[in-house]
Amino acid sequence: MLKCRTAWNKLAPLARSSSTVCRRNVRGTGLTNGRTPICVPATHMSSGAGGGGGGGGWDNTIYAVLVGAACVGGMTLTYKTLKEDQRRYEERIAEIASRPHRQEALTSSEPAELEVVPSSEADPTAPEVEVEAEVAPEVEVEAAVAPEVEAVVAPEVEAELIAAPATEAVSPSESTELPPDEPVVEAPPEEAAAAPPVDPPVVEEAESKPSSATFPSHVPYLLIGGGTASFAAARSIRARDPNAKVLIVTEEPDLPYMRPPLSKELWFSDDSSVTETLRFKQWNGKERSIYFQPPSFYIKAEELGSSENGGVAVLTGRKVVHMDVRGNKIKMDDGSEISYDKCLIATGGIPRNLQVIERAGEEVMKRTTLFRKIEDFKALDKVSRNVKSITIIGGGFLGSELACALGRKSSEFGLEVVQMFPEKGNMGKVLPEYLSNWTTERVKREGVKIISEALVKSVSFIDDELEITLKDGRVVKTDHIVSAVGLEPNVDLAKSAGLEVDSDFGGYRVNAELQARSNIWVAGDAACFYDIRLGRRRVEHHDHAVVSGRLAGENMTGTSKPYWHQSMFWSDLGPDVGYEAIGIVDSSLPTVGVFAKATAKDTPKAAAEQSGTGIRSESETEDTATSPVASTSPATVVEHKDDYGKGVIFYLRDKVVVGIVLWNVFNRMPVARKIIKDGEEHADLNEVAKLFNIHED
Amino acid sequence: MSYCRQEGKDRIIFVTKEDHEAPSNAELIADDPNDPYEEQGLILPNGDINWNCPCLGGMASGPCGSQFKEAFSCFHYSKEEVKGSECIDHFRNMQECMQKFPELYPQEDEKENAPQKESDSASTAPLDNAASSPDTPTEGPEAS
Repeated sequence: MLKCRTAWNKLAPLARSSSTVCRRNVRGTGLTNGRTPICVPATHMSSGAGGGGGGGGWDNTIYAVLVGAACVGGMTLTYKTLKEDQRRYEERIAEIASRPHRQEALTSSEPAELEVVPSSEADPTAPEVEVEAEVAPEVEVEAAVAPEVEAVVAPEVEAELIAAPATEAVSPSESTELPPDEPVVEAPPEEAAAAPPVDPPVVEEAESKPSSATFPSHVPYLLIGGGTASFAAARSIRARDPNAKVLIVTEEPDLPYMRPPLSKELWFSDDSSVTETLRFKQWNGKERSIYFQPPSFYIKAEELGSSENGGVAVLTGRKVVHMDVRGNKIKMDDGSEISYDKCLIATGGIPRNLQVIERAGEEVMKRTTLFRKIEDFKALDKVSRNVKSITIIGGGFLGSELACALGRKSSEFGLEVVQMFPEKGNMGKVLPEYLSNWTTERVKREGVKIISEALVKSVSFIDDELEITLKDGRVVKTDHIVSAVGLEPNVDLAKSAGLEVDSDFGGYRVNAELQARSNIWVAGDAACFYDIRLGRRRVEHHDHAVVSGRLAGENMTGTSKPYWHQSMFWSDLGPDVGYEAIGIVDSSLPTVGVFAKATAKDTPKAAAEQSGTGIRSESETEDTATSPVASTSPATVVEHKDDYGKGVIFYLRDKVVVGIVLWNVFNRMPVARKIIKDGEEHADLNEVAKLFNIHED
Repeated sequence: MSYCRQEGKDRIIFVTKEDHEAPSNAELIADDPNDPYEEQGLILPNGDINWNCPCLGGMASGPCGSQFKEAFSCFHYSKEEVKGSECIDHFRNMQECMQKFPELYPQEDEKENAPQKESDSASTAPLDNAASSPDTPTEGPEAS
């Protein structure tokens, strides 16, 4: 401001002097028709410089020059900043892409890296050089993308980032042309190995591809995604359509497996090789693998076309990048296409992360786990044995289960387990406050340090430790973070397929029969569907994936059944606290809870032992096919200090029961399901609670 | 004696065993056995077999699915005095097929007897344990 005034003050005498020059010139030229008075500066005020500017040519010029210089300077600065950001972004992409491949030592990796360094350093120096250099790395990164993606499977997040710049997959031939043009080789060492010799890349890529090199170009049933919903659909299709040929395409390197044990049973296993075998012992002693079926269940993709009895084939490590709804075909990341008659999208989702962690830099990100897949389980198991302190951010199902699982290991490993979340207690968004507080006490007893009402402000890496600063000033020091803050549904194909995405719940919007368009269905975590009883919703639970997968599979074979059989979910927080739930279980709804005192038999352990099953949702079905094994444990009454031993909690919306939690009360799910299905207004919920016989086993 | 308390919008009721002894007067709507939306049990209302029944596990959908379906259909519709006596060939085919996949079909007799219990109660589908558990996917009756 002061600078402006001094500038104006300097200009004012200039204006005055220039205006006198102007006057003289005017007189000289003989323009004496009364215009002269206008040239006289009316005042000597600082603003007069502006008034005098009408007559003075000089200060106009200076003014124009100054303004012009300022503009040019500003634009140059902006341009430089943007280019810098773009360069940094691309470097980061390339760096992320190169991460999974760093383990594979290639001979040419070193020279490639050396070349990369001078190129990136050269960039910031001059804007002009930058322009050209930017174009080159961009093209290179794109080229790098294609062969990279064809090679060993990249983790989901990376794959998504990579897919973005190269949506229409770049074919191998193109990629080999470009790098020889550019002397500077891009960051991912694999590409350096692949690029210079033209022939080997094709061979190398073929070798590093998953075993099935050929697959049919057309399948009657195509399932995108290889999780629970997809497998349930495959089974349903095969059951209804004899000799059906089903192809599952999945990004992950694993065959379909179930997720709940990854945060529960696998952690309680005594077997030290559990991370390899992925087998867990259920409470009743029966052992099983998390894989739904062993590899012999599936047939090879190449054989799918010729097999007369059909079968289920799985293509692992392939990402579907484009969907052509009109042509009924999909395109994968390696450029190959498969056409289908019926297609299911069961792409699930990817874990969300806190923005503060993403912005906190690489050292923090390296020490953060987003837990979802088998590889995350293996990594976290390893980490838990090697660090002193783990902090779990998130107080929902996943966060609380992991906290309890790690808490039990805490004494064994000498591990400090901290759990922090913004709510007042564990499962704060699911259970009513009194129950949430009770649950939190239980979790604490499992050896977990709970920090409630915690909002993370920033995370930094200082002195070989992670420092989490909360908004209220508290600081938590830890070695590793597990971020369990929700799931982002994977709707990558929505754009190319032209499918609707729901703005309230996320996920693909489908109707009550799980159909998005003719021949396209969506099931599992990614489906936002219309529930005839409870309205539009999206559910992220295991049983829902099974139920919706089965339903979608059925509808793909010709039936038109809506979502009717209500799915359930369950959670165990240690051996003493367990519950099953069904419907809309949201703690913001008014609730009515009916409780009794618990005995020793009312624990998840006892329930599983009695029904002879391991996973809770199985116990429902097993009832129909078997006779339950009689319980041999005597009914001793155990006094609990707390009030909420076992009971039933009803969640109401407009006086209608829309959700039920069975608290330490098991094998009653059919009754709960019936009550929700009826959708009636009940005057006295205590009477309804009687239907559950909560005092009995 | 039961008592009740209110915590904000949440109501909590504690009940003793005696409180719940009297039968409930809550009204539930009668189920329609022919409801097309409901999940059916093993046998459909028209007498057909529901191959998608969770109780069958993966039997009808695995590599030996078609042999299993033939054998079990034959058995189901058999009107012989000794039910299924004419179905021996189908069962043999099925057994031969299953022997090729010992991982999937651990060799015990229960497998062939499949689900004897015909139930029509609604049930959720688990995705299950045909594979690696030593038991049958159908948890067949331990009898045989």
